[in-house]
Amino acid sequence: MIGLGVGLLLAAIAFMTVGAKGSWDFVLPFRGTKLLAMTLVGVAVAVSTVMFQTVTDNRILTPSIMGFDALYLLLQTFLVFTIGSARLAAVDGGVRFGGEVAVMVTFGVMLYRWLLIGARRSVHVLVLAGIVLGVLFRSLSSFMQRLIDPNEFQVLQDAMFASFNSFDRSLVWPAAGLLAVAVSVAWGLRRRLDVLLLGRERATSLGVDYRRTVGLVLVVVAVLVSVSTALVGPIMFFGLLVANLAYRIAGSHRHAVVMPAAALLGVLALVAGQTVLERVFAFDTALAVIIEFLGGIVFLALLVRGEKR
Amino acid sequence: MIDVLDAVKTYGSVRVVDGVRLTLPAGGLTSIVGPNGAGKSTLLSLIARLLEMDGGQVLVDGLDVTSTRSDVLATRIAALRQENHLTSRLTVRDLVTFGRYPHSKGRTTPEDLEHVARALEFLDLEPLADRFLDEMSGGQRQRAFVAMVLCQDTDVVLLDEPLNNLDPRHAVAMMERLRAAVDELGKTVVLVVHDINVAAHYSDHIVAMCDGAVMVEGSPREVIRPEVLSSVYGLPVEVHEIAGRPHATYFPPGRPSVTFSIA
Amino acid sequence: MPRLGAVAGVVGLLTIVSLFVGVGDVTPASLANAVFGADDGSRHDVLLVLASRVPRTIAILLAGAGMAIAGQIMQLLSRNRFVEPSTAGTVESAAIGILAVTVLAPGAPVMVKMLVATVTALAGTALFLRILRHVPLRSVLVVPLVGLMLGGIINAVSTFFAYRLDLVQSLNTWMTGDFSGVLRGRYELLWLTFALVVVAYLVADRFTVAGMGQDFVTNLGMNYRAVLALGLSIVSMVTAVVVVTVGAIPFLGLVVPNVVALMFGDNLRRTAPWVALGGAGFVLVCDLLGRTVRYPYEVPIGVVVGVVGSAAFLFLLLRRGARVA
Repeated sequence: MIGLGVGLLLAAIAFMTVGAKGSWDFVLPFRGTKLLAMTLVGVAVAVSTVMFQTVTDNRILTPSIMGFDALYLLLQTFLVFTIGSARLAAVDGGVRFGGEVAVMVTFGVMLYRWLLIGARRSVHVLVLAGIVLGVLFRSLSSFMQRLIDPNEFQVLQDAMFASFNSFDRSLVWPAAGLLAVAVSVAWGLRRRLDVLLLGRERATSLGVDYRRTVGLVLVVVAVLVSVSTALVGPIMFFGLLVANLAYRIAGSHRHAVVMPAAALLGVLALVAGQTVLERVFAFDTALAVIIEFLGGIVFLALLVRGEKR
Repeated sequence: MIDVLDAVKTYGSVRVVDGVRLTLPAGGLTSIVGPNGAGKSTLLSLIARLLEMDGGQVLVDGLDVTSTRSDVLATRIAALRQENHLTSRLTVRDLVTFGRYPHSKGRTTPEDLEHVARALEFLDLEPLADRFLDEMSGGQRQRAFVAMVLCQDTDVVLLDEPLNNLDPRHAVAMMERLRAAVDELGKTVVLVVHDINVAAHYSDHIVAMCDGAVMVEGSPREVIRPEVLSSVYGLPVEVHEIAGRPHATYFPPGRPSVTFSIA
Repeated sequence: MPRLGAVAGVVGLLTIVSLFVGVGDVTPASLANAVFGADDGSRHDVLLVLASRVPRTIAILLAGAGMAIAGQIMQLLSRNRFVEPSTAGTVESAAIGILAVTVLAPGAPVMVKMLVATVTALAGTALFLRILRHVPLRSVLVVPLVGLMLGGIINAVSTFFAYRLDLVQSLNTWMTGDFSGVLRGRYELLWLTFALVVVAYLVADRFTVAGMGQDFVTNLGMNYRAVLALGLSIVSMVTAVVVVTVGAIPFLGLVVPNVVALMFGDNLRRTAPWVALGGAGFVLVCDLLGRTVRYPYEVPIGVVVGVVGSAAFLFLLLRRGARVA
């Protein structure tokens, strides 16, 4: 844990300073905002994935694999579709973001409560359903996008790729606020999450209100996913990568250890990856693609090794 | 006639079939018995070239099953394994008709249809002919698979646990039919059977296997003997004479005797 | 089979409707006028129909039938209901092949692209089957999961290079089916799918038996590897042709064969006409929808099928889920 912290500090310093040209007055705030955004995304993805995996009792499901961030994009498109982009543009960025998150929490929690605790389904049904839901949401988004503006071919296609360079800087502070609230709720839930690891029946017999806890976890997850998707876009396998690494490194099942470890790892991976790619190789948008590539391989390896629980 | 010459099959370091040497005469019903893991099913699959051998040779009517063309063998030998899980949705008639493939290569002739009708009748499947297999009970499915194999109309028929999923009535009916196939049609039928008494009652020849090798073979009278069965199964077995045939009973220690029999 | 006739009639009717829907106004009357009348102006309409509508409609029918049959063959070969070219890495592998040709030999004719895409599609699908052999828990649902992930990984590689080489736009056109670019001279390759579908029909029995498993294949005296190789070649070639000419049509090969199997079973000899017609009809309807919903603009077919197909897939999954899980 201390090693992770030191590594993160070094990566952050490297990110802020390596290859900087021109005035520090410009570079520091510019890169600082970016660093903050990456920190928010790393923490949000890591914590939401760990919580989600605990609740669904497996290690291959993540919110993004289950189509959560595609749902966020769909809702965003739907709002533009029904209200109109002109009228939406008049609304302040923070307020609009808050509204989107509220809608996301409502719909996301309803949908995933139904999927996860409605009927008892095997993990594989859920994953497959989630992936296909993701496809459905993405297709619906591009469908609506075409209806809104048929000449805009690539608007949503661009939103399908995560980018750490072209995020909306006005959203960083509202997102940070939301994230702080969500993470503190998650921290408060840490002991109950430990009990949930034992499974639904044992958790219930130990006095944990299963439905209420799962509902609460889903709300937190929906908020966290909204934060990261709104900032940089969807990164399908990042959470999977970080959470599974964290389980290995943490050496403990306790969420008090796993969640911070995952969060540190998440931020470290983003900051270090971005520093190396951007400064050393001068690749700009490739980090998300590389994460997808590695994450996909890890996912396949997990499946092949039969480590589904 | 089936000649097995030092057949070997290994999985990793385990020799599941360990140098089996066996000759089964043409015609007649042979049962292979033995405890779990004795290599019975593996041996059957080797004879049917459904598994590749790691050593030795199998000859069916003098044809080496490893080197003879598969489509030629398919007109001489038909086999059914124990696990027959289908993901495809096929009707009973579809399935049984595929038994004619080695002869028709997909162009079904009136003669093929006759064979299909006979096989359906033989296994009492006519009322179910156009039902989908995935909508039937395990026992009905089992009968459909056996019908397919019989429809292949080969001299040699190999069946792994054909009584799986069958209730006593259908199990007896199945054995009677297999017996009829031997007696009336002159087929060579080889079965893997768990129930010693079924083997004793219907077989001309019994092969008892243990640890990948043949321990004893011979007529039911030669094999169904207390000392033979006790050592094959590692369990005290008594043999009684019922209606002029040997009948085995098992004695779980400290319990009254229980007879396992379906007939 | 009278009912097959009825379905063929409906598809035929849709075909005719498809010929007359579009930005340029062509009605049956104006067409007749152009053919039989002396008016030079209306000849333009005929040319329009000939140059774009007819090829487009033929392309739809061919691609729809081909992808549906390809899906059915894959389901039989993998013995899994949820497998089709877009859930087995085949589509993504074909796309990476096209990308490679575009980068390495920019001027190569479309035939070369198609052949290379066939080879990569074949390799990708073979890799998929190879990975499957190492999956210990081969539950029904792990199989498509592996395929989807493999597709994702291959796509990530493609995207990486596409980004570096500024070809993301092209990659997207291959991954999203769109019939609006179909013109005479740019779709004829699709006739190859017709030939492949005919071949598949001729050897339908082999695929049906392959669907029963390797033991059945061997027992009936067929060569399992040969059946597998033939099937995968057909699937890869159909996929490559469709991806090269019009772009991927997701989930089509999954939805249509599943519906047909529910009604008529899996005996390919009997169901192949249904699957082919169903695929063609499904794509026709989706294309008409895409052309009319935001008239005079078009929503590409890949997007429409993505919505309809994934919704149908979800329905199948959650409905069957209770039985499968």
